[in-house]
Parts: sequence; C-alpha cells; structure tokens
Amino acid sequence: MHGFANPARFLRLARWLTPLLMLSGGILALGAMGWGVLRGPADSLQGDTVRILYLHVPTAWLGMGGWTALAIASLTELVWRHPLAAIAARAIAVPGAVFAAICLLTGSIWGRPAWGTWWVWDGRLTSMLVLLFLYLAYAALADAAQRDGAGGSRVPAIFGLVGAINIPIIHYSVLWWNSLHQPPSITMGKSAMAADFLVPLLVSTLGFSLLFGGIVLMRMRALLAEQQAEARLRRKAQAA
Amino acid sequence: MAGDTIAREALNQWHFVIAAYAIGLGGCGALVAQSWLAMRRAERRRDAGRDRGKQGQAE
Repeated sequence: MHGFANPARFLRLARWLTPLLMLSGGILALGAMGWGVLRGPADSLQGDTVRILYLHVPTAWLGMGGWTALAIASLTELVWRHPLAAIAARAIAVPGAVFAAICLLTGSIWGRPAWGTWWVWDGRLTSMLVLLFLYLAYAALADAAQRDGAGGSRVPAIFGLVGAINIPIIHYSVLWWNSLHQPPSITMGKSAMAADFLVPLLVSTLGFSLLFGGIVLMRMRALLAEQQAEARLRRKAQAA
Repeated sequence: MAGDTIAREALNQWHFVIAAYAIGLGGCGALVAQSWLAMRRAERRRDAGRDRGKQGQAE
C-alpha cells in the first residue's frame, strides 16, 4: 500500500487509469441503462417504472460504498499516516454526495407511481438522507481543515470513521423497521430477481463503479496539483 | 379493470422514467464535467508554476 505513498508514482498510474475508467465505465453504464430502458421487459406489478432500477440501485450502492471507502481512507490516514489517504477521502466526498442525491431523487420519482407518495420518513429513506448530509458535512469540514493548514486532516478522518455507523443502519433499515421500501432483492450469492433485470443491473453497477473510480481519480489529481502548486509558492515566498 | 384504466391514464409511467434518467444522467454529467475542469485547471496552474521556476533558474 505504501508503494503508492509517493504522489509521483500515483500520478503516473492515475494518468492512464483515469481515461480508461471513464471510457469503460461510461460505455458499460450507458449501454446497460439503454438496454434496460429501451429493450428490457416491464415488471408485471410495477410496469415501466421498474426501468428506474438501472440508475437508482447503482447510485444507492455507490453512495454507501463511497462512504465505506471514505471510512477506510480515514482509518488509513489515522493509523498509517498514508499521504494519499486524506486526499482520497476528500476526493470521494463530492461524488458520494452527488450519487446519494441522485439515489434519493430517483427513488422519490419511483415512489410516486409505486407507493403513491414522493416521500415517507421511514428508516431507509431517512437514513439515506442522513448519508447525504454526512457527505456534505464531511466536504465542508475537510475544506475548512485544509484551509487551517497541516495537521488538520485528523478531524475529518475521525468524522469519516464515526459516520460509517450509518452504513449498516441504511442496509438493515428495511429489516429492522416497517418500511414502504422493499427488502433487499440481492444478497450474497442469491438473487430474487429474474435474469432479464439482474444482468443489466449488474452491468450498470459495474459501469457506474468504474465511472465513480474515474471521477475520484480526477478529483485526487486536482487536489494533488493544488497542493503541489501551493507548496511551490510557499517555497518561493520563503526563498525571497 | 376500470380502476386500472383510470390509474394508467392519470399516471403515465414513462414520464417518471424519463424524469429520473434526466436528473440522474444530468447530475452525473455535471459531476464529470466539474471534476474534469477542476483537474485541468489545477494541473495547468501547477505546470505553469513549474515552467516559471525553470525559466527563472535558466535566467
């Protein structure tokens, strides 16, 4: 892991990985969504609205997966002081927030014809909304810590770890509390979903995951470049 | 049966599908564009500073 602690080595890898992830992710996600929406079957109960699945579910999983990655990066920052861990966590915050917001909005749009309401304050929807607020709070906190100078990454890292408690709450909310939201259709090695829905869903999820990775790499490169430019300016100011 | 017909007339399901994808794809597109522009701007600023440094040393 510390092999990539050198930002120069990381940048060399990120330069060719970024377009690869963006291109393959874009093709897979758009292809799977296009197939699911235009060629896939409608559901016997939900009709055509089931086609929102190919966008809603990947963004939900990546919203949760993003915070899991942010928490792992925070732990790495606190325990091993990996120089790229704080940058990775900061780079995940905004895409995670956008994916959580898309999940909430598409879920609300899906809920209107499926449940007869745009929103209910039940466990799943509320805990997902809390995740969006956690992302926004983390982004604000990390920006403020960055402005305050070196050593300021510990507070966001602790926040990132504490916020991870919300991930199992989101996952188990549909089992712990009564909810309009359905229980999970896909569990480890098992699926209650027909292959006609499952295959485009998994391909779309893979595509969105690659896109998410590409976006995080672009944001990491931006943060690293800003740090390098500021470090150069500081050195110049000291030398003058 | 009559109720089913009324429900279909009142809610065109495709409107919801289109709205969801417009928001989702628009949001993703904006995120990709913003991330790419931020990366380009930051890397250009860093490289410009590096070039100025090299010129200063040469002079």
